[in-house]
Amino acid sequence: MNKARLLRIIRLSKIIQSRRLEFAKRMWYRFSRSKLSLVGLVMAIVSILTALLAPWIAPHPEDVTKITHFERKFQLPSLEYPLGTDDYGRDIFSRTIFGFQYSLMMAAVVLVLVVPVGVILGLIAGTRKGLIETVIMRVADIFIAVPALVLALAICSVLTPSVFNAMMAVSLMWWPWYTRLTYHIASSLKNEYFVQAAELIGASSFHIMFREILPNCLGSILTKVTLDVGWVILIGSSLSFVGLGAQPPTPDLGTMVAGGGQYMPDFWWVSIFPAVAIAFIIMGFNLLGDGVRDMFTE
Amino acid sequence: MRETTASPVGFTTKSDDKMAEKESILVVKNLTKHFKTSFGTVHAVDNIEFDVRFGETFGLVGESGSGKTTTGYMIMGVYTPTSGRIVFKGQDISVHVVKRPKSIKKDMSIVFQDPASSLNPSKTIKEIVGLPLKVHGLVKDNVELNKGVEELLEAVELPPERFMDTLPGDLGGGEKQAVAIARAIATHPSFVVLDEPTSALDVSVQAKVIKTLMKLQQELKLSYLFITHDLSLMRNVASRVAIMYLGKIYEYAPAHLFFHNPVHPYTKMLLSSVPVLTDEEETSKPRDVKSTGEVSSAINPPPGCRFHPRCPFATTICKVKEPEFVMIEPEHYVACHL
Amino acid sequence: MTEQLLEIKNLYVGYKTYRGTSKVLNGVHLSVNTGEKVGLIGESGCGKTTTMKTILRILPANAVIQNGEIYFRGKDIQRMGKNELNELRRTYIAMIFQDPTAALNPVFKIETQLADVIKSSHAHESRTEELNAKCIRLLKEVALPDPERVLDSYPFQLSGGMRQRVCIAMALATPRYLLIADEPTTNLDVTIQDQVLHLIKDIVEKRKLSVILISHALGTVRGFVDKVCAMYAGEIFEVAETEKLFSDPLHPYTKGLLESTPRLTGGFSEGIGGRVPDYINPPLGCRFHPRCNYSLSICKKEKPPFIDIEGNHSVACWLYNKK
Repeated sequence: MNKARLLRIIRLSKIIQSRRLEFAKRMWYRFSRSKLSLVGLVMAIVSILTALLAPWIAPHPEDVTKITHFERKFQLPSLEYPLGTDDYGRDIFSRTIFGFQYSLMMAAVVLVLVVPVGVILGLIAGTRKGLIETVIMRVADIFIAVPALVLALAICSVLTPSVFNAMMAVSLMWWPWYTRLTYHIASSLKNEYFVQAAELIGASSFHIMFREILPNCLGSILTKVTLDVGWVILIGSSLSFVGLGAQPPTPDLGTMVAGGGQYMPDFWWVSIFPAVAIAFIIMGFNLLGDGVRDMFTE
Repeated sequence: MRETTASPVGFTTKSDDKMAEKESILVVKNLTKHFKTSFGTVHAVDNIEFDVRFGETFGLVGESGSGKTTTGYMIMGVYTPTSGRIVFKGQDISVHVVKRPKSIKKDMSIVFQDPASSLNPSKTIKEIVGLPLKVHGLVKDNVELNKGVEELLEAVELPPERFMDTLPGDLGGGEKQAVAIARAIATHPSFVVLDEPTSALDVSVQAKVIKTLMKLQQELKLSYLFITHDLSLMRNVASRVAIMYLGKIYEYAPAHLFFHNPVHPYTKMLLSSVPVLTDEEETSKPRDVKSTGEVSSAINPPPGCRFHPRCPFATTICKVKEPEFVMIEPEHYVACHL
Repeated sequence: MTEQLLEIKNLYVGYKTYRGTSKVLNGVHLSVNTGEKVGLIGESGCGKTTTMKTILRILPANAVIQNGEIYFRGKDIQRMGKNELNELRRTYIAMIFQDPTAALNPVFKIETQLADVIKSSHAHESRTEELNAKCIRLLKEVALPDPERVLDSYPFQLSGGMRQRVCIAMALATPRYLLIADEPTTNLDVTIQDQVLHLIKDIVEKRKLSVILISHALGTVRGFVDKVCAMYAGEIFEVAETEKLFSDPLHPYTKGLLESTPRLTGGFSEGIGGRVPDYINPPLGCRFHPRCNYSLSICKKEKPPFIDIEGNHSVACWLYNKK
């Protein structure tokens, strides 16, 4: 490899770098046009960091276990216990922080399962017409037709209530939305000239699905994923609230809200703070989702 | 001057078949395409025939609804013909593109009308132009791919350093079309269908793209099927021209005869409507036919000669019987009862 | 006495983007007298539509008017209040757009849309029979056969040419002074183009309207307008009477444009090399200089002023302005 060639490669890679930077700048500009999206970004980052750093920032990490401190129960918020203590004397602040971890983990697991499956099914249905398309879309329709929460409730009450089963139930009712979304985009893109060009060149169906059509669906999919974080957490918390998800003493935010319900309004802080935490996470990701959608709009 | 009735492709017997196929890269016979829709059957193309000779540019002219784009798509295999034959280099290829052998796909390509949607907006130019090279195994590794793409971009006069890693959205219309052309010639095909390649472009850019196409035709010995509605452009690129209306070909002649001695009323009507810049061109336009009426629907085409509702010279026979081709002069055929 | 109907003075308009604010219009001067027909030619991206949108103040939200004034019958359009502006749009200036399909609402019948236009400016005439009669008269004026059937149809049931004619009818529903036609025939078939252009010509002559006809196809304006303005990169570079411009173009861009147009009788040239400038960082001096075969050193530094060459033929080019 001679010098000229080497110089050329270096110059080309600099150009590639600047183009990627250019691309990132453009995306950021579109995202940051709305102040609310920035607020959402901050809220989402705070939530994620809290979840990741939970063991280190919670002042009383032992309170998430079966431990009890009945002598300290129902204490008002103070310096020692910033959000007060609950009916078992446990520090609500620490439990809420771990609650972030649980909720976001649940959202992550569900989405990691659901998105690839849903998207691939949608791509297949959108690009291959005929029987396959009909079968996939009608099965998806069936799952969508059943009210989500009812289905999850049904599944969870049949199986033993646990976080794992709650996640499975939510996953089962979530995948068809991604299939539908991808299917619609893929169907309309199928008739675009560039897809026909690829077909005429002789590209394989695999290539057309994943290298031609999929990149153009990513914008919508990403937006939906961001908004779905909020939804999955909400549904998951609802399941825990009725006792079908995480079981005590797991510091799931929904369980915490439920557990403190009977002590309202005297010892309000036991329910309210976890509820506010749920709202914070969902709000943050919703606003972030709006921003992500803006990123893909001119 | 009328001579013997003959089919425009120049052969009437089976033995002439073989002869014609030797000098023609593409022969189309009795080609028909009907689409079934909820409104009825659309007669997009009805029983047309023509041939494209090696190294020439064959022009297909017509307005919207004439069937010219459908013809181009059938040749490429996007649509399967309802009936008829498409013969490419002696091989019958009248099937959908997925059923065609890879060697045929390598040998024929198309440049679409709309540069914006013919390039995938999320792929870089390198990926777009490199795709045919990869699919047909013309490059072994990334280094060869880069080199191949660079050569192609240089051939269409797009400096590779500037354009390799850009997205189509950052390019102007003419540049996008140049990329589409680079992609079309990537596999060194022998035949390219050009479907209104410059209709979406400004005039100054159009000139550059056309020059590039002409240059490439010379260098790579390409044969073109040039589809357009712009007659002034056609005059300058095509060696032979056929005019289509509502799915049928009505006149067929070498370029200079087509423009200087048009015979069919529709040809004259089209020529007289062309907006021109100089008085010289203005006087060259036919005077006896002015444009009237709207293009009829292809769903229930008028019986007899399909042009008769708009034709100022229509007679009773035109409404009933479809005209056959008559030879006016060598290579100049017209289907008209006049 | 010819009164100046519309005058655009020194217009500078830009758009806010992620890379900064672009400077698209770079000092546009344009005037239209009563009864005059003006053609505006220029290629895509040169700012013709931006100029027209600025006149009617229908620019998108991220547009910035950086300088300049537009006067209509002596009144500054930028300063007009809401009522005055509405009156301007309803009664004085009409606009026909390039894509008739996009200009018509697909879920309403033609009757509804046409009646809406009439009602908006003559609120008192809301009796159905009168409205209906007026609609039919309008459709007949644009040479649409079978007006009752057209009124009862949806836009998708009509052909492109018919839709454009409906748009023209809508534009003429009220008495107007100025018609702005933005590429009215570009999306139509060639034979229909011819018919629609003739129609517009007839109507304009009958009603004695002033017209601004915009096109990127030079042949369209020929035989229609009195004078032609050639626009490039946000500036008007040459203005002349139609025949004069086509037979004796002065500016290198106009020359290049005419030469690149394929001739029906055969022959056309290379086209104009280079690409449309980046409006975020436009070239200094004359914006055409990077693509000009005849550029001088002063072209890179100073913007050439607009000067009169020989009565009614003006050009902004240093080649004709020896300093």
